[in-house]
Amino acid sequence: MKMTGAQAMVKALELEGIKTIFGYPGAAICPFYDALLGSNITHVLTRNEQGAAHSASGYARVTGKPGVCVATSGPGATNLITGIATAYMDSIPMVAITGQVALELIGRDVFQEVDITGATAPFCKHNYLVKNVQELPRIIKEAFHIASTGRPGPVLIDVPVDIQMQELDFIYPSNVEIKGYKPNYKGHPQQIRKIADAISQAKAPVICAGGGVITAKATDIMTSLVEKCGIPVVTTLMGIGAIAGDHPLNLGMLGSHGVYAANYAVNRTDLLILIGARVGDRALGTAKKIAERAKIIHIDIDPAEIGKNVSTTIPVVGDARLILEELCNIIQPGDTFDWVSEVKRVKQEMLKSEQCINRDFINPKLVISFLSERLKDTSIMATEVGQNQIWAANNFVAKRPGAFITSGGLGTMGYGLPAAIGAKLGSPDSTVVVVGGDGSFQMSMPELGTIKQCGIGIKILILNNSRLGMVREIQKTRYNKRYSQVFMDNNPDFVKLAEAYGFRAERVTTHSQISAALDRFLADDDTYLLECVIDPEESTI
Amino acid sequence: MTKHTLSVLVENRSGVLSRVAGLFSRRGFNIDSLAVGVTENPEVSRMTIVVNGDEYTVEQVSKQLNKLIDVIKIKELDKSDSVSRELALIKVNATAASRSEIIQIVEIFRAKIVDVSKSTLTVEISGSSEKVEALEDMLRQFGIKEIVRTGTIAIERGNKYIKASNTEE
Repeated sequence: MKMTGAQAMVKALELEGIKTIFGYPGAAICPFYDALLGSNITHVLTRNEQGAAHSASGYARVTGKPGVCVATSGPGATNLITGIATAYMDSIPMVAITGQVALELIGRDVFQEVDITGATAPFCKHNYLVKNVQELPRIIKEAFHIASTGRPGPVLIDVPVDIQMQELDFIYPSNVEIKGYKPNYKGHPQQIRKIADAISQAKAPVICAGGGVITAKATDIMTSLVEKCGIPVVTTLMGIGAIAGDHPLNLGMLGSHGVYAANYAVNRTDLLILIGARVGDRALGTAKKIAERAKIIHIDIDPAEIGKNVSTTIPVVGDARLILEELCNIIQPGDTFDWVSEVKRVKQEMLKSEQCINRDFINPKLVISFLSERLKDTSIMATEVGQNQIWAANNFVAKRPGAFITSGGLGTMGYGLPAAIGAKLGSPDSTVVVVGGDGSFQMSMPELGTIKQCGIGIKILILNNSRLGMVREIQKTRYNKRYSQVFMDNNPDFVKLAEAYGFRAERVTTHSQISAALDRFLADDDTYLLECVIDPEESTI
Repeated sequence: MTKHTLSVLVENRSGVLSRVAGLFSRRGFNIDSLAVGVTENPEVSRMTIVVNGDEYTVEQVSKQLNKLIDVIKIKELDKSDSVSRELALIKVNATAASRSEIIQIVEIFRAKIVDVSKSTLTVEISGSSEKVEALEDMLRQFGIKEIVRTGTIAIERGNKYIKASNTEE
């Protein structure tokens, strides 16, 4: 079928089953936007290209399919960058499409020209500059394949404006053949046998579940494994939801911002089983020390993660779900009764101490707990980055994978609000809450306009301490209270701001107001902004 | 720190070299030399990369390179089981008095004179890095005007070979 490059791009998206895309038009992507007029694909016009990338990321996290974002050349493309890097660090499938100046003008520094394939190469899974319109169908097919298979990640396609206007004979390939890309899914049987033996012999095993468990849809099989064998589980920030938050064997998030019970277990284990976790410094900064006295099993789909940050006793490359299924078939449970009792006791003691918190002011941790109690299991919580993120991570009880959406690897402020938009569009029946601080909320605040224009309901919870709280805390503890540029004393009136967009909003300042305010917050599915004025001295942990 | 030679088959496309070079700088790996050229299959190029580092570094380099979509296959070549060469062109001062002595040295090294002028000789040498360096050392006394060196290229000995398809010996 004869069509233009732009029509081919739209057609290819349709054939990939894409229903919603996020973007922002500009001169070099105009042919695509023109072709889009003839399509059923819903386009969400964000207020900044970065918002489009983050929304596509949120959409991908709840649907499990690649999120698509679109931008023009030059500044449009560079504004996508933070979103692409965020998706790369968290292994989120995404296809980013950018317009580019005409092919023959590339390299002459013409208006709105930037080398976006060069710029994004270090933090996207792959990228393409389309130089021949006939290659467009193959490239788009490959891009979706690469983004969504193996270890997922973002793929960028840069399409010069003249290529979008040229005609081609459109045939969409039915399969993909890339010589250098063949992800390995099936774990080596001999290695799986070794894991089974190691678990049977272990006295104090711990599973550290990362985002890979969620990506591989391995929650159910992992849960039955730990129940069968009596293995406590700790999660990374990205692994929250990999096992139900209220599961008795779930000890919570580990690491420098994690909870005591999780770190207690990791520091005393004799067998650490890493599943889809990349041993990041915030989670397992002490990995080398642990490796000195414990065996380490590492299950990951990316061979490069094995041995990168910690030496491994038993590595297995492959898909977490397939490997755990194999493992469950052959495993003989060991005796971990004493160990499980010990870590459960530590967890209980921790919960008791949490209940003694002073309630004279609004405690953000309690706000998250109260909110969590009121949310249905199908709800989704997105977070910004900073103290709010950690308060949310440690106090929200994620009942299922995908319920907690956060920028784990890159730690991108301004992620939460646009990601929540993507999540809501990807899962319209879920209540979607975004938790933010006053600092990070203001980074993507213009996306309120996107929410309004889409007509969707997002629950916006702002924990306002008029500070960049986490940086302030670092300055407090490590820089001798020399506070530098962490005060946001002239914040706008967030309630009035929300009202300017036509949203309901309220501000609460004392603990006694919280319960009723949260009830109003969640009463219906409309957008609602709830601002809680919190104590600036409240610590992250 | 030891030198390791990696033979890397890549797609013969624009941008591949910058992806490979970018990966080295981003991950903090040191390239000793890099040579690239097309193979018997015009769709495939072969890079010979000499890396300076310990076992951990070389393993990480290989794994990270393997993640690049354009990289088809990687093999570390065993020094004792492969032939490696580099090529150098050396332009050296040559007067009437010194010319014959230079030619003698060049013959000892089985190198070649490829250009001559009233005041210079240009020598072509191919061989191991050590051989090239040894010749350079011998010629330094006459005054070297210019040296151009390629990176190392290497190939396995015997009937072993690396192919883009899955039929590796």
